[in-house]
Amino acid sequence: MKRIYVYRLFERFWHWTQALLIIFLGLTGFEIHSEIRFFGFENAVHYHNSAAIAFLVLIAFAIFWHFATGEWKQYVPTLENIREQAQYYALGIFKNEPHPTEKTALSKLNPLQRIVYAGLKVVVIPTMVTSGLLYMFFRYPQRYSVAQLNIKGLENIAVVHTVGAFALVAFLMAHLYLMTTGHTVTSNLKAMITGYEEVPEDRGEKTFTAAELVGAPGGELS
Amino acid sequence: MMAVALSVVALWPSTDTSATPLAKLKTKFSSKHTSSVDHTQFAVLNQDFKTPQDVTQACISCHNKRHTEVMATSHWNWSNVEYVPDKGLLSLGKSNILNNFCVGVSSNEQSCTKCHIGYGYKDKNFNFKDPRNVDCLACHDNSNTYVKGSGQAGLPDKIVNLKLVATHVGRPERANCGTCHFNGGGGNNVKHGDMEQALYDPSPDVDIHMTSAGSDMSCVDCHSATNHQMLGKVYSLSSANRDRVQCESCHTELPHNDSILNNHTLKVACQTCHIPVYAKENPTKTYWDWSTAGKLKDGKPYEVKNPDGTDSYLSIKGSFQWGKNLQPEYTWFNGTATHYLLGDKVSDPSKPIQINTLLGSYDEPDSKIIPVKVMRSNQMFDEVNKYLIQPKTFSAHPGDGGFWKDFNWQTASAEGMKSVGLNYSGKMGFVKTEMYWPINHMVSKGDKAVACSECHTRNGGRLKNLKGFYMPGRDQNDFADLAGKSLILLTLIGVLTHGLTRMIAHKKGGF
Repeated sequence: MKRIYVYRLFERFWHWTQALLIIFLGLTGFEIHSEIRFFGFENAVHYHNSAAIAFLVLIAFAIFWHFATGEWKQYVPTLENIREQAQYYALGIFKNEPHPTEKTALSKLNPLQRIVYAGLKVVVIPTMVTSGLLYMFFRYPQRYSVAQLNIKGLENIAVVHTVGAFALVAFLMAHLYLMTTGHTVTSNLKAMITGYEEVPEDRGEKTFTAAELVGAPGGELS
Repeated sequence: MMAVALSVVALWPSTDTSATPLAKLKTKFSSKHTSSVDHTQFAVLNQDFKTPQDVTQACISCHNKRHTEVMATSHWNWSNVEYVPDKGLLSLGKSNILNNFCVGVSSNEQSCTKCHIGYGYKDKNFNFKDPRNVDCLACHDNSNTYVKGSGQAGLPDKIVNLKLVATHVGRPERANCGTCHFNGGGGNNVKHGDMEQALYDPSPDVDIHMTSAGSDMSCVDCHSATNHQMLGKVYSLSSANRDRVQCESCHTELPHNDSILNNHTLKVACQTCHIPVYAKENPTKTYWDWSTAGKLKDGKPYEVKNPDGTDSYLSIKGSFQWGKNLQPEYTWFNGTATHYLLGDKVSDPSKPIQINTLLGSYDEPDSKIIPVKVMRSNQMFDEVNKYLIQPKTFSAHPGDGGFWKDFNWQTASAEGMKSVGLNYSGKMGFVKTEMYWPINHMVSKGDKAVACSECHTRNGGRLKNLKGFYMPGRDQNDFADLAGKSLILLTLIGVLTHGLTRMIAHKKGGF
């Protein structure tokens, strides 16, 4: 066993802020959708819009961070090992087999994670942001001069936004469960809190300490 | 040093709230109108007038063009040429449109024209060209002593001191308008529901504009006039989108501090949220059943009262239902309306006949959701000719056919239809009718406005019957919701199954 530094400070801040915002947006959003009653419709709308603005700001920083550090490459989907990874979740995990993909600071996502997270970042979140902005500024294309958009009603916007929300809820549930599939049940959670994760002994690849990462190209910015 | 300090104070940005648009409006309407002349000092008015026409003559001797303006208005003509959608240019108004209260003016002029701004409109042969018949006093009496006589075809009651009234004229006050417009349909608040005597001195809760605890505005502050053409129209008679009084003229289209509320004003009229209930002080008539009229006790008409003093039955008019603090119904409205016209054949009398139809839909750029009072009635119908009947109700004397004296629908229908030049088959029945009255008055305080959740709710919201658009909180796409919920359920099942299997497997030390 050894400890490696996987999640840097900004990354952890981004992750947890995003998590809270998505959960809060989900609560307020499903209240607007009349699925739950908690804050009251009027408050839910205001909170939802404020949280959405906060989320946009966070996204702006996150995009900058991903490109500035080169971390975006972690999310590029790959087919390598994907079969092994799927087999692991389907069978190997029940036989206490080791993870087929080693987690390192430079490759912290397994191939399935890469696909799902890339989908989130490239499809789901942009869809939610776009439909959300159209939802927020729905009136203005109609009355004020952006006639080309000619949006007749909220329905399509709302349906897309709602479907995205359902997808995010499903993601969150799977995500919370898969969190427990690390080396130990809590090792993934601990890693996302402290930045350090306990992984099995080296399989011959170089690992980095926090100090090395800070100094490395694309190292920690915070 | 002192000067510098003073100028800093003077230039310091003001936090005074009088700069807000609403405060500016309050300031504007708190300066009350003062007359530029004292009419008591005019010799021509200080005479013992023999007839009200002589007063008009005296008015015209100074205001020597005003009568021509008055005679161009619908207040005078009781009709107005407007484009009626799908029917063309028509001259419509009180003189020739039916309603589902007392039904219509024709053959009943002598009584109805108590509210005409003229003298002697006792039948359809009234001379609309004679300026001496213009009643200046009905609208301009400021002595509050002018009243028109009942059944006198618009002539003032004999008790009126014409000299007193003529020397106390000025800008119309609430009573000038209210005496007719609050009592339409035969009593206080019967017709409109949002216009009644409570508006003479309303509490802020009843009407935030007209309360003396607020801006104390009078009718003509909003219903302003140019050359006697007043703004404002009632779509029981009107058809075209023009000359309307709009809240937005003063308050602008984006009056809220909250941009989400401002987004609403594109599709939701101000009144929809800001008049949560109408008939706040006194009841308004909501249902009128003419079919029960005509019952007599010992050969005499009688009345039955409700505990609150309203009539539940009158032999002359039938049975009624009333309502107080009513939640409006809602409809799309683009500012145009169409009407049931005298003689229009009804193809399906089993459905309520729409006496007027407010036009509009979500898809039309000018349409907004407005609150309405829907008046429902059961009224006289020619079963053979398939059209509504204009009955003769009023009679000065028994025996000339009016229902209110003779209680005979056959003569009342025959006389009434003769007056409008339509055949009466002799076979009379009753049909359901509906009439739409936009609710525009009795605006509540801002904090009493309709709450978001009263419309944005899945079931039973105020707008539950309005179709053609997606409203968050009310609407959902059934397929999308089913797909989304299925996805969540499948994920849950997957996660639980996987997790459970893992737990069992690990206990056994792996499969």
